[in-house]
Amino acid sequence: MYDVVIIGAGVVGTGIARELARYKLNIAVLEAGSDVAVGSSGANSGIVHAGYDCKPGTLMARLNVQGNAMFDEISRELDVPFKRNGSLVLAFNEDDISQLELLMTQGIRNGVPDLQILSGEEVLEMEPNVSSDVIAALWAPTGGITCPYGLAIAMAENAADNGVEFYFEHRVEYIEKKENGVFRIVTSRRDFAARYIVNAAGINGDVISKMAGDDSFSIHPRKGEYCLYDRKWGNTVKRTIFQPPSKMGKGVLVTPTVDGNLLVGPSAVDTDKRDDDYTSAEGLDFVYNIALKSVPSLSGDGVITVFAGLRAIADGGDFIIRPSYKVEGFIHAAGICSPGLTAAPAIAREVAAILARLSGELEPNKAFNPLRKGIKRFRDMDWEARAQLVEEDPRYGRIVCRCETVTEGEIVEALKSKLPVNAIDAIKRRTRAGMGRCQGGFCTPRIMEIVERELGIPMECITKKGGSSRIVLGKIKDFLKEGEGIE
Amino acid sequence: MNRKTEVAIIGGGPAGLAAALSCYKHGIRDILILERDEYLGGILQQCIHNGFGLHWFGQELTGPEYAQRFIDEVNKVGIPYLLNTMVLEITKDKTVYAVNPRHGLIEIEAKAVILAMGCRERTRGALKIPGGRPAGVYTAGMAQRLINIEGYMPGREVVILGSGDIGLIMARRLTWEGARVKMVCEIMPYSTGLIRNVRQCLDDYGIPLKFRHTVIRIHGRERLEGVTIARVDDRRQPIEGTEEYVSCDTLLLSVGLIPENELSEGAGVMLDPLTGGPIVDEFRQTSVPGIFSCGNVLHVHDLVDYVSEEAEIAGEGVYRYINGRNPSADDYLLVMPGNGIRYVVPQRIYGDSDVEFFFRPNAIYDKGVVELTDGDRVFASKKLLRMVPGQMERLRLKREALAGEGKIKSLQLRWRGPDKEDDGACS
Repeated sequence: MYDVVIIGAGVVGTGIARELARYKLNIAVLEAGSDVAVGSSGANSGIVHAGYDCKPGTLMARLNVQGNAMFDEISRELDVPFKRNGSLVLAFNEDDISQLELLMTQGIRNGVPDLQILSGEEVLEMEPNVSSDVIAALWAPTGGITCPYGLAIAMAENAADNGVEFYFEHRVEYIEKKENGVFRIVTSRRDFAARYIVNAAGINGDVISKMAGDDSFSIHPRKGEYCLYDRKWGNTVKRTIFQPPSKMGKGVLVTPTVDGNLLVGPSAVDTDKRDDDYTSAEGLDFVYNIALKSVPSLSGDGVITVFAGLRAIADGGDFIIRPSYKVEGFIHAAGICSPGLTAAPAIAREVAAILARLSGELEPNKAFNPLRKGIKRFRDMDWEARAQLVEEDPRYGRIVCRCETVTEGEIVEALKSKLPVNAIDAIKRRTRAGMGRCQGGFCTPRIMEIVERELGIPMECITKKGGSSRIVLGKIKDFLKEGEGIE
Repeated sequence: MNRKTEVAIIGGGPAGLAAALSCYKHGIRDILILERDEYLGGILQQCIHNGFGLHWFGQELTGPEYAQRFIDEVNKVGIPYLLNTMVLEITKDKTVYAVNPRHGLIEIEAKAVILAMGCRERTRGALKIPGGRPAGVYTAGMAQRLINIEGYMPGREVVILGSGDIGLIMARRLTWEGARVKMVCEIMPYSTGLIRNVRQCLDDYGIPLKFRHTVIRIHGRERLEGVTIARVDDRRQPIEGTEEYVSCDTLLLSVGLIPENELSEGAGVMLDPLTGGPIVDEFRQTSVPGIFSCGNVLHVHDLVDYVSEEAEIAGEGVYRYINGRNPSADDYLLVMPGNGIRYVVPQRIYGDSDVEFFFRPNAIYDKGVVELTDGDRVFASKKLLRMVPGQMERLRLKREALAGEGKIKSLQLRWRGPDKEDDGACS
């Protein structure tokens, strides 16, 4: 029996798990995917928004600004890359300028510090690659960038260190509340019992809610497509460059990533499919063409990968973070679209406060350790630190991923993580091996060898991302025995 | 580990090995080869098919056999090499920083450096092929490694995009291992690989090669389930109504090779946007004095035999450089691609010895002349029955041809003859 079961291991679910680990609670996180952050949290802009574009008075506005302010501490505690590079919203005409003024007014009401409207010249001085058609911009120095899946991994590892249990590939299929008030949660693998459920199921937040008997809202998926550029383009802009927002969202941005790439996107297209993470020629063209308006020198070449993510938009558009009105003991953290990544640490506190209200009082866990250390990064070390590391452990002297300079030592560290890590994508998200310009063409077979050696998983069983995503389907000659192939 | 060497060679593949032996032949004894893999020979070690060495050895060898001849020679004369050694940085003043598990961090002060890092494959991401991101979409070279080195099959039902040589070779290799290769799609109206590979790897096995076709969608979330292919128009855009779904569990990409020049750029070496490799003179010296380049890091070759030949030239260049016999730095002629020519190497020459130009056309051309000219006079020319993009061509310029011609600013290599063929006839 768990005190709390959290459904969903995205940035919201893992954030809540870590926050609740501060209290004496028995917690489990159930995740349908094979790793943390495989849904919306793994495919978004990675922006820590300043908070000027949320409507004043909304939950979004409050949690955005609160969450933004928490990032310095949380990134330090959890060893997650975070940089306050600042955001610019560009204006190209008079209409845009009135939009900037609106954003500024909203921002001030939301409590966003240090907002300022800059002239076109000032913008070009800061960002010479921005279009010279710019006539003004809103400057928000508190805007930042982080690694969204890196944050989720860090929060999950820290939660696990503090006793939270994680269950991957456990898709919740049925929820019932028994007469004694205890929830029975049936997953694709086994049953769980819990006093409280936190619904952090992202794009399926309404599905999970309905399963428990609460059909008070629905979630509408909105797709966003992105292009990620080679490191060579990483310095094209230093700040995150926006255009004025529309009804569909914050629009197409051009931003450096914390890992030194350049990210362009997203599009915003409503879809009725909850698993529709396909990219499209139209979507990618749209993103590129709109981005050209901000940065005209942007090349059509230099893209190393494209991806799409779904945003979970709830009815009304605002976050839904409250106890269910219909099912006692069921807490929603639903409808978390942008700025959900920014708000995640604040959402976690909000949920903890709700739980405290519902359960009487939460007893602090005195043993809670807020600190987590990430995997060593050979690439980011100076010469002396590298030399010492290789001397201590020669595996850090063997480069496995040549594009991102990732060593065997780092791969092995990822495999020895507290969370189960065995799929190629899970290793990639933790170490960046395979994230570079050759996209794993060189290192994937070498990483498979290490997985086989370290974890004893046969090569044929190693997957890209769990399920049926095996990399190879058999040994050579196997298919000949089956009588297939040449006659 | 800190050490000094006369020549540091970055890469122990066919280019690096031949360059090392050439340096040795010219009397240089202090040579060090740095190889990132656990064995010498580079990509040849996974190219277990034959067809190598016809020009260089007058014999048909497999990739590993071809490599082994050079490895044996390197071992025989005792040229030292470091394996599992990744070069992290090369500076303008030719200090090479590297790392390996045995020696830790390595700093090498070299008098000359030969860049021989080879190339990498273009990926699905670079092509921006829309759709899902399942397992089962690999570059042809990665599939080759999985099969030939690791001993595993990437899949059973295969579509290959791109008719580059590795893709063609893999079509045959997969068929031999019991997979079913359904088709090869090529966006161009001609194959980008060698004609002999189209015949021996596709035609002989009845594998269809669809010109002017590309993959426009990848289906599947976990493992690949199929692809949508379509015919393309003259602008290489998919034509509506020609879409066709092909079920498959594997998509291999053979859509181009990219010289791997991140280290070169770090050293300040100027690159040619047409080749993706350094701009070099006839001794394969880059824009940074003392840094040379050869093999696929310089430009993508069709035959390894020519890599060996080019590496030999680079070795001679290093010898001349170390012995102060290089021509004066600024006194060179630019050589530029003209009509019908995609690129030419070397891009600059001093002209005090014979020069062998390597070049590729930008389309298929029939019955004409390739000539090296300054606009008025022709200094070298060669009749060609046909030239195709998949095949590298060459032209020799005699030293005497330029002698006494007074001031020539630049030369152009151009095609003179009928216009390019409209459609690919090499199917």
